[in-house]
Amino acid sequence: MSTAVVASDGVVSPQAPSEASPRKERLQHIGMIWCLPYVIVFLGGTIIPMIYAFYLGLFKEQMIGGERFAGMTNFIRAIKDPLLWNGFNRVAIYAIIEVPLMTFLSLLAALMLDSQRIRHVAIPRILLFLPYAVPNVIAALMWSYIYGRDYGLFGQVFALFHAQAPNMISKELMLWAMINISIWVSMGYNTLIYYSSLKALPEELYESARVDGASEFRIAWSIKIPQIRSSVVMTILFNIIYSLQLFNTPSMMQTIAPEVVTSYYTPNLYTYSLAFSGNDLNYAAAVSLVVGLFTMIIISVVKMLGNRWEEK
Amino acid sequence: MSSTSLINNKASRSSSQRRRDDRLARKDRAIRLKKAGGNGLPVRLTSTQKILDVLLHLIMLLMVIYCLVPLIWLAFSSTKTNEGLYSSPGLWFADSNVFFENVIEAFTFENGVYGRWLVNTLVYAVIAGVGSTLFATFAGYAIATMKFHGRNALLWVTLIFMSIPSTVITVPLFLLYSKMGMTNTPLAVIIPQLSNPFGLYLMIIYAQTSIPISMVEAARIDGANTWTIFWKIALPLLAPGFVTTLLFALVGVWNNYFLPLIMLSDVRDYPLTVGLNVWMKMGGDATYHVVPNNMILTGSLLAVIPLIIAFLFLQKYWQSGLSAGAVKQ
Repeated sequence: MSTAVVASDGVVSPQAPSEASPRKERLQHIGMIWCLPYVIVFLGGTIIPMIYAFYLGLFKEQMIGGERFAGMTNFIRAIKDPLLWNGFNRVAIYAIIEVPLMTFLSLLAALMLDSQRIRHVAIPRILLFLPYAVPNVIAALMWSYIYGRDYGLFGQVFALFHAQAPNMISKELMLWAMINISIWVSMGYNTLIYYSSLKALPEELYESARVDGASEFRIAWSIKIPQIRSSVVMTILFNIIYSLQLFNTPSMMQTIAPEVVTSYYTPNLYTYSLAFSGNDLNYAAAVSLVVGLFTMIIISVVKMLGNRWEEK
Repeated sequence: MSSTSLINNKASRSSSQRRRDDRLARKDRAIRLKKAGGNGLPVRLTSTQKILDVLLHLIMLLMVIYCLVPLIWLAFSSTKTNEGLYSSPGLWFADSNVFFENVIEAFTFENGVYGRWLVNTLVYAVIAGVGSTLFATFAGYAIATMKFHGRNALLWVTLIFMSIPSTVITVPLFLLYSKMGMTNTPLAVIIPQLSNPFGLYLMIIYAQTSIPISMVEAARIDGANTWTIFWKIALPLLAPGFVTTLLFALVGVWNNYFLPLIMLSDVRDYPLTVGLNVWMKMGGDATYHVVPNNMILTGSLLAVIPLIIAFLFLQKYWQSGLSAGAVKQ
């Protein structure tokens, strides 16, 4: 049972030890000792904080008399919070633009690298990947300079054409500015995932189609892409998660455009502001759990859709 | 004549020298004859294909330029003074090259706080990266080779949590650790990152595919205990998976911003990602009023270079990790 789940999640389908050795094995209790360090840090680093946040969320700070049990009030308030929904709305728009764009560009790059038509293919392959070595915050920092209208690289390029550069950190364009940063950082990374999946395909798969005179586009669309769909599903899933959890880039952009990037610009930025300002920790706990729950729901839905596509 | 040379030509061009049977060759010839309008002229690249070829290289070039230009810009920017940044072209040197002055300025500013950030980043990344990978390897080894109570439960929990991003846990962690008085210590950044469900997931897969159970059983019958089996058999077999998981864990900690930002308040405990942001905020600081752009950009370049070098030299490992399904952002 558990093996099936592992197999549907990963590229490599593993064997469970129970299958590898059909003989009745005796229990090895020492296995628990081997798992103990991991279990301890997992409990301390993930499970206990979540339980504690849930516990905190059940209470309400009062002017007089300290904390009072409030049941689900905080959680209901969080679900109805217009500021939280404002953030969710924004990351949803962000994801709707970013994820298809990222997937398209990365697939295009990977298919081009794999087409055997590009000369010295190793060079573009590694160069496309280099931005991934830049931490997200530093990438945001670099681009915030590059976006500069007057002296930044952006402004200089537009000045070549005697035009005024658009204000990328304005209210209208900020989302695009952040999408660009994210694509810049991760495009090469996604490309390499697709590329290594493409490389793993047996050449016989499309050699006969090539002999039959099928165009390279046709081969890419009808053979290559369907064959690597588990990688595609996986990267789409991670890109959606990343979009919902957007924090680093807007947090950085807040420094240079505080009037555009509000404290509730994304759900994570909102929970951060709530927790850090410390006015209402109980509410901050409830909001953080609602955000987490919402993310988990989206992840499961995308996974289900992805599995369906993979099974086709 | 022309049609047979065509087929031969095609055969010698193909990298894999597989023999084609007659049926395939006939089919190939028929298609090519039809394509060439039946006049039997040799077809190499049609003009459309030539255009496509140029287009292909052009798009690739544009993509490479897009990825490289910001990095090149950063390298040039690190050679400029604060004024030079604004008075010189972005992709060329300013009148004076002050790269070394910038490096010295970055490292000596406020008693060398930048150096501390660099060391902190390294320490956090190494402790949390090595620790989390080691714990995941222990557990992955046990899950793949032994049966014990709770094994399936652990497997299930791992599968549920492997795709849940750590940012979801960050605020609850902060609330718990501040209650326990553990914020403002490096431990608050290190301990949570020792837990790495995705790393465990990877290690389980690596262990299940690379450790032959029969080998483990043979060693057990010979009287070896699990400790000996781990070091003598399992770990050598797991080494490539270990390095890959470690590399991704290191990058994850190196890039982390949310956790240290919320946990730490002493500037000297910050990692680079949070520290550089402090410099960005200096414009609003009453003591300075000026954003030290030259220091920020030089500091960014110095923060990026070790990772670029690591990626270039460890290509073999992370590329094998990618094809094994190591995807995490």
